[in-house]
Amino acid sequence: MVCKMKISGALTLLSFFLLVLAWCALSYGGVVGGVFLPTPGEVFRAFGSMQAEGILIPYTLASTYRVVVGWALAVAVAVPLGLMISTSRHVEALCEPVIDFARYLPVVALVPLTILYFGIGDVQKFVIIFLGTFFQLVLMVSDVVNKVPRDLLRAAATLGASKRQTYLMVLLPASLPGIMDSLRITIGWAWTYLVVAELVAANSGLGYMILRAQRFLAIDRIFAGLVIIGLLGLATDYFFKWLTRVAVPWSEKVGDRP
Amino acid sequence: MSKLVLRKVGKVFGDLRHPVHALAEIDLEVAENELAVIVGPSGCGKSTLLNIVAGLDRASSGSVLMNGIEITGPGADRGMVFQSYTLFPWLTVQKNVEFGLRIKGTPPGERRETALRYIKLVGLAGFENALPKTLSGGMKQRVAIARVLANRPEILLMDEPFGALDAQTRVAMQDLLLSVWEKEKTTVLFITHDIDEAVLLADTVYVMSRRPGRIRTRLKVEIPRPRDHRVTVSPEFASIKKEIMEMLWEESQGLNISD
Repeated sequence: MVCKMKISGALTLLSFFLLVLAWCALSYGGVVGGVFLPTPGEVFRAFGSMQAEGILIPYTLASTYRVVVGWALAVAVAVPLGLMISTSRHVEALCEPVIDFARYLPVVALVPLTILYFGIGDVQKFVIIFLGTFFQLVLMVSDVVNKVPRDLLRAAATLGASKRQTYLMVLLPASLPGIMDSLRITIGWAWTYLVVAELVAANSGLGYMILRAQRFLAIDRIFAGLVIIGLLGLATDYFFKWLTRVAVPWSEKVGDRP
Repeated sequence: MSKLVLRKVGKVFGDLRHPVHALAEIDLEVAENELAVIVGPSGCGKSTLLNIVAGLDRASSGSVLMNGIEITGPGADRGMVFQSYTLFPWLTVQKNVEFGLRIKGTPPGERRETALRYIKLVGLAGFENALPKTLSGGMKQRVAIARVLANRPEILLMDEPFGALDAQTRVAMQDLLLSVWEKEKTTVLFITHDIDEAVLLADTVYVMSRRPGRIRTRLKVEIPRPRDHRVTVSPEFASIKKEIMEMLWEESQGLNISD
């Protein structure tokens, strides 16, 4: 087991190493022109200059803050609603058609409207992220709950559990691993929608920084922005994997780790 | 008085224009401490019948009485062991076995004591803190049996509980059930399509016909107890088995002709 983990850890490092290696070869080797692909050194220096300008950390924090708040609002409403949809036919009839309709509206197309309504500040970003993740999340959660094996609920009923007890003591815990997966997936989308919103209109944040860099043809800064977003995504993913191991260690998905 | 009484129980699925008669005129009685087994071809509605007794499904006609009282829904007095694995994966073996007692509001100390006793009874002492995902199929079903027994039901309903297990494990589980039943002297209604299993376990075997499911025959199995799988090679066993086989064979013949 330990040996297996070491190998997979080494492979992970190797994949990043190869990526950087290919980047070095393409940029330092002059295969792709400097206008299109900066060298790793240039990107590294871009981090330094952004830090010197005092935008590196504040912009990263501004974007992270928007993603977390917008997404958390969506989660706070979507998870209970998803649970209700899958357990009450009335709530399902009431909400599902509207959600199905709203879910197919491209969020990007709503950016101009949200700017009109909410300006270009944080609130507008929250709204875009909320709209981008909420409807999907509701359906994902209700799907997860629907997939809880029926016999698990029936077993609880024949052990004397009331409907309420079955809901709280069986349905909720049984749904938890699936809900965690949905959360992990949707926070990734939240990043996408945030950057889209920031590219259109903002006065801080990573998307805004990338847009300005494009205007000045500062390709190194564009890449620096991408690297930060990528690293934040990676960290988020690891965080959720860790959370899954801690919160639902009983899940079949969690391997028996030493 | 019989513990469980079914009178002219019928079940119709589907709508008025396309009714599917799953069960018709089921009369059945299970006495206190009796081990009754229903055997029938697949699709004869035997699981539906058990679900009706459990209160998970409703009869379309007739009445189901438990200790003389009409059944209206599921309850702890009729514990069920399913063919699929139904342990709660987030609970340890012990917590799974304690589940019903927790719902009843039994104090933790007594809960623990009862759980440990039944875990031992099904031969899983030492696995109290194991999570279901680390158990084999046979072990999961043992825990499921312990979980139901710990709840002290009036009757134990078993819906092909060993159907998903491999042949050797199944034999071991049948012997385990027999020994547990000898010790606990509880009332059991067991469903299977396996004739050997039916004859080995039963005081009374009910043979069901194909759809619409009816009770075709009621057979007393007089093989002396305590039993284990060694009785399956006795001439007595063979003759009862033959009788049931012939009945089920006739049922399958009917199927071939009509299809």
